[in-house]
Amino acid sequence: MRSGDWRYWSGNIAVAEGALDAGCRFFAGYPITPSSDLMEYIARELPRRGGIFVQAEDEIAAVNMVIGASMAGCKAMTATSGPGFSLMQEGIGYAVMTEVPMVVVNVMRLGPATGQATKAGQGDVMQARWGRHGDQCVVVLCPATVAECYSLAITAFNVSEELRVPVILLSDEHIAHMWEVVRGLERPPVVERRWAETPDTPPFGSPDADVTPMHPLGRGFNVMYTGSTHDEWGFRRTQDPEVHERLVARLWRKVHSRLDRLFIYSVEPGEGHLDVGFVAYGSVYRSAAQAARMLAGRGYRAGVLKLNTLWPLRRDVIEGFCRRASVVVVPELNLGQVAGDVRAACPGSNVYGYSKVGGGRPIYPEELCSFAEEVARR
Amino acid sequence: MSHPLAKYLREGMLPTLFCPGCGNGILMKAMFEVFDEMGLESLDGFVFVSGIGCAGWIPSPHFKADSVHTLHGRAIPVATGIKLCRPELRVVVIGGDGDIAGIGCGHLIHAARRNVDIATVMVNNFNYGMTGGQYSPTTPRGKITPTSPYGNPERPMDTCLLVAEAGANYVARWTVAHYRMLKEALKRLFEGRGFRFLEVVSTCPTRVLRREGLTPAEGLKALLRASVPVRRCDPARAVLKGRIPVGVYADRDEPGFLEALGLAGPGVRRG
Repeated sequence: MRSGDWRYWSGNIAVAEGALDAGCRFFAGYPITPSSDLMEYIARELPRRGGIFVQAEDEIAAVNMVIGASMAGCKAMTATSGPGFSLMQEGIGYAVMTEVPMVVVNVMRLGPATGQATKAGQGDVMQARWGRHGDQCVVVLCPATVAECYSLAITAFNVSEELRVPVILLSDEHIAHMWEVVRGLERPPVVERRWAETPDTPPFGSPDADVTPMHPLGRGFNVMYTGSTHDEWGFRRTQDPEVHERLVARLWRKVHSRLDRLFIYSVEPGEGHLDVGFVAYGSVYRSAAQAARMLAGRGYRAGVLKLNTLWPLRRDVIEGFCRRASVVVVPELNLGQVAGDVRAACPGSNVYGYSKVGGGRPIYPEELCSFAEEVARR
Repeated sequence: MSHPLAKYLREGMLPTLFCPGCGNGILMKAMFEVFDEMGLESLDGFVFVSGIGCAGWIPSPHFKADSVHTLHGRAIPVATGIKLCRPELRVVVIGGDGDIAGIGCGHLIHAARRNVDIATVMVNNFNYGMTGGQYSPTTPRGKITPTSPYGNPERPMDTCLLVAEAGANYVARWTVAHYRMLKEALKRLFEGRGFRFLEVVSTCPTRVLRREGLTPAEGLKALLRASVPVRRCDPARAVLKGRIPVGVYADRDEPGFLEALGLAGPGVRRG
């Protein structure tokens, strides 16, 4: 539902709308809860807006169709959940190696395996970062509100096009199926595909640039894509150690050298000492923000660091926040996948993980407030 | 003066990456002659999509053309994505029996069912050559391979029968020893709509023929001896007996996936 300057959207619809506004022209996916309704929405809207929708035979086909579509020139996306995300990992690694832009939405559910299929979880943080074999680097974005589902979907496409890297949008079942009124929607600027004008510039990096424009198919450029180690022109070089090291280091560097722009976060309040600091992301951020307000009512100075980028991380930001707080609480719908990052970023600080898994239960603000009070008194 | 077919080849990549006597060279020459007979001065407008395995190296890097060397088994979905976004491109998949009928078999069936408007060449050399000659979905029963030291316990399948039943517009099988028919089939493969599938039965001198004590030339003769016209046999049974049914399994002109999606044919959407 939409009217004037407001929209009434679920998180999944907001992701779909963001993707469409970012110029997504191709979507392939396979039904899986809790991302199916995103695909259903796209299946209806994409053809109306000049795009192509395919329901693939499995998630492996879906991600590879998306890769082909992106090589051919369409901005392309797929959406899935836990088990499907696992099946897509090899394809994501291929897109890293061939530097093909694409957006993969993973609406996290409760694993491992089929787990509790329809329930919310945040257990895929590490899989999103490290699910593929080999040294590689992707960008992982994580929305905490329906509005962020929209804006981060656009950011995901922009980063993907600019850096020629797959971007993973890590939503979760609570955000995906939460309906919110979104007001004052602003469409961020959209980054368009950069194509080489002539075949004379190398399509896979150069000494001057970590990212070089893609070579278009069908224009006589004789493009060569391969997932094997290749030189800057695409020739396979599977025996030369220097070519491999140069390639893998560049793929890593092109992401990490832009950490300042890629790392999206907010801190509330922006300065001052805190009795309790929460580091939170996704749907759990909302409980952390509410718990901070409750703690303030009980006389504590409490604050929240919200992470909208889960990879790569700016440890300096996390450390700076932790240094301000007497105790740091990291609430997660997993057994502590980000709490470890926080501890590593700020050794010696009092970091407490707060984990809850099973049944899709949210972490309620009350329990978080009580836990924070307890550890703050220790 | 350069060779008349050199216009299709990255000459810097010669000699080819293939073992002496490999059937891939015969297929490459047949394809190039067909391109020449089609009057093509270059391969602009073609995209060759291949997977992992020896056959995946036929276009990448040898063809002077756009080529996409995909993950093992995933050439068909990548080709599908390319074709749907750029219907004007001629998209050709080239892969081996392991790539197309083994790990990628699911995609093969569904591409045929959708009648996706791409051409697929499956080079069947009856084994996983690149990884050392292990048995594949087409290896005859009883064959000794590195992973079937007591004889292959599995039955081979007739991939063409499968693809034809799934609904592909064109399905045929020839061997690299049937050069003239192979070229006719390739010509048909590169034209028209819907899913077109050609199985090219080939020889693997290094992994298969050597084990059987055959020279490459004797291997080609063996292919001819084992061949039987598909119209004169029950292909599924013939394959189980180690025969090679050759000929056309299906040739029809049903609308392809592009038309089903409104991306080609009457009333095609523009813009």
